Amino acid sequence: MRPEDARYSETHEWVRVNDKKKEAAVGITDYAVKQLSDLVHLEITPKVGDSIDPGAPFGEIESVKTVADLLAPIGGKILAVNQELIENVDALKTDAFDAGWMIKLKVNDAKGLDELMDAKEYKEYLASLEEEEGEKKDGDEVDDDDFV
Amino acid sequence: MRTPLFEQHVSLGAKIVDFHGWEMPIQYASIIQEHQAVRTRGGLFDVSHMGRFRVTGPDRRAFLDRELTVPVSRMDQGRCRYTFLLNRDGGVVDDLLVTEDSEQGENWLIVNAGNRDKDLQWLRRDAEGSNVVIEDRSSDLTLLAVQGPESSDILRRALGLDASGLGYYRFARFAEWTVSRTGYTGEDGFEILGPVAQAEDAWRRLVEAGASPVGLGARDTLRLEAAMPLYGNELDETTSPLEAGLEFAVVFDKDRDFQGRRALRKRRKAGLKRMLVGLRHQGKRTARHGYELFRGKDCVGVVTSGSWSPTFQRPIALAYVDVGYAGPGTELTADIRGSREPVTVSELPFYRRAERVHA
Repeated sequence: MRPEDARYSETHEWVRVNDKKKEAAVGITDYAVKQLSDLVHLEITPKVGDSIDPGAPFGEIESVKTVADLLAPIGGKILAVNQELIENVDALKTDAFDAGWMIKLKVNDAKGLDELMDAKEYKEYLASLEEEEGEKKDGDEVDDDDFV
Repeated sequence: MRTPLFEQHVSLGAKIVDFHGWEMPIQYASIIQEHQAVRTRGGLFDVSHMGRFRVTGPDRRAFLDRELTVPVSRMDQGRCRYTFLLNRDGGVVDDLLVTEDSEQGENWLIVNAGNRDKDLQWLRRDAEGSNVVIEDRSSDLTLLAVQGPESSDILRRALGLDASGLGYYRFARFAEWTVSRTGYTGEDGFEILGPVAQAEDAWRRLVEAGASPVGLGARDTLRLEAAMPLYGNELDETTSPLEAGLEFAVVFDKDRDFQGRRALRKRRKAGLKRMLVGLRHQGKRTARHGYELFRGKDCVGVVTSGSWSPTFQRPIALAYVDVGYAGPGTELTADIRGSREPVTVSELPFYRRAERVHA
C-alpha cells in the first residue's frame, strides 16, 4: 500500500528519489495525515532556490487541534513547492504519496537515505508506536487541557 | 477512569485521550464533521466525567447563598443557573451549574471534571458547622448531552420524553431522567441525568434516533464559537468573572454576602485592567493558547483559547487584552510561532443560533 520506493522518517515524512538519485519528492505519510485528521492549513516556508539541511523544518501542517512541524528527511536545494496542495490541503486525505508531494529537492547527499526506514521498517515502527500508545493509556497522563 | 459508555466509544472507533484521569473520546471520525452535525441536526456527548454533587439539609440554600455568586434561595423549582465558586480574592475556583429542586429538598451542582476533588473539599470545608450534606454522585449517575436544532425531536424519538416545552435553563423529571435545557455548544439542547444502568441503552437509542456521537474536540470548537469559557483557559483562580465578561452570573443583591463579593467590588471600583475579547484572524494560522498579542512592539495581551472554526472556516480565538486595546475593531498582531499575524478584536459571541429558546 505504501510506496516501496520511498524512505520514511520517524517523524512521518517520506522521500522518493528518482533513478539518478539527484531529485527527490518529499511529503508526509498517510499515517501522519490520519493522526492529524481535520487538516486546515499547510505552510511551506522555503522558496525555490533555498537550501535546506536534513532534519530542518520546511513548514507546518495545521489541523483543528494541533500544529506539526514538517522536517526535511534529507538535505538539498528546493526545486519546487506544491502550490496546488497548499490551496487544497484536503487532497492529502486521498493521496499522501503522489499528488501529496510537498517539496521537490535536488539532493545533496544521497547517503542520508540509507538512514531512513524502508516501507517494511516503517510499518514495524508504526506498530511499535501503537503499542506504546496502548501502554501509555494504562499509566501516564497525556496532558491535554483543551477539552471539557 | 472510564464512564459507563467507554465501550461504546471504542466500538465507534473513537480516538481516546486521558482527560483529568478520564479516558474520553476526542473524536470519532472528524472533529469538523461532528461540529457541523451539532450545528445542523443533533449531536450526542458523553459528559459523565463531569462532577455532580447533591446538596441536602435544612441549611442547603443559606449555605449555597454564601458560597456561590447567585442567590440560590431565590431560585424557584426547576431552575438552573450558571454560577461561580470564588475565592476570597474574587478569583474563580470553578464555574458550574446549580439547580434548585424544592420538591426533593435538594440542589445539584454540576462542576468541571478537573475540579471535582478541589470543589468537593472546598465546599465540605465551608459546610462544617452547617446542617448541610454534600454527596458526590458523579459515579452512580450518567450525564449525556443532546445538542442541536433537532435535539428535542431526537430526545422524544429515543427516550419517549417530550422536553420541547421545557424553558431555557430549567429542568424537569421524566421518569428516571432529569432533563435540563442547558448546554455548552450555543445550540438548543438538553443535558440528561440518569441511572448508570440505563446509560448504554439510552446512548444507543439516541444514536439510532439521529444524534451523531461527538467528542471533546468538537465540544471545544463549538463552545469557542459560542464564546463560552473553559476553566483552565479563560477562567482560573487568578481571573475574576468581571474581566471574563461574565458579570451576568454574579448577583450583587443587597442582603447577601457571598465568598469573594468584597474582592469583586474592590476590583470593579479599581477598574478592570484587562478584558476577555474575541479575535478574528485574516490568515489561516491559528493563534493558540498562550500566544502573545502585540500592538506595535508592546505586548498587550495573551490568547486563552484558539482554534479553527468549522462554521466560519477561519481561525477564532479568545484572549485577555489590556483594557485600552479591548475595543472591537482594534488591530493587533499575534505571535504565531515566531511570525506576527494580524488579528482584529471582535465582539462576542462569534456564533449565535438563529432561534432562541424562551426562558
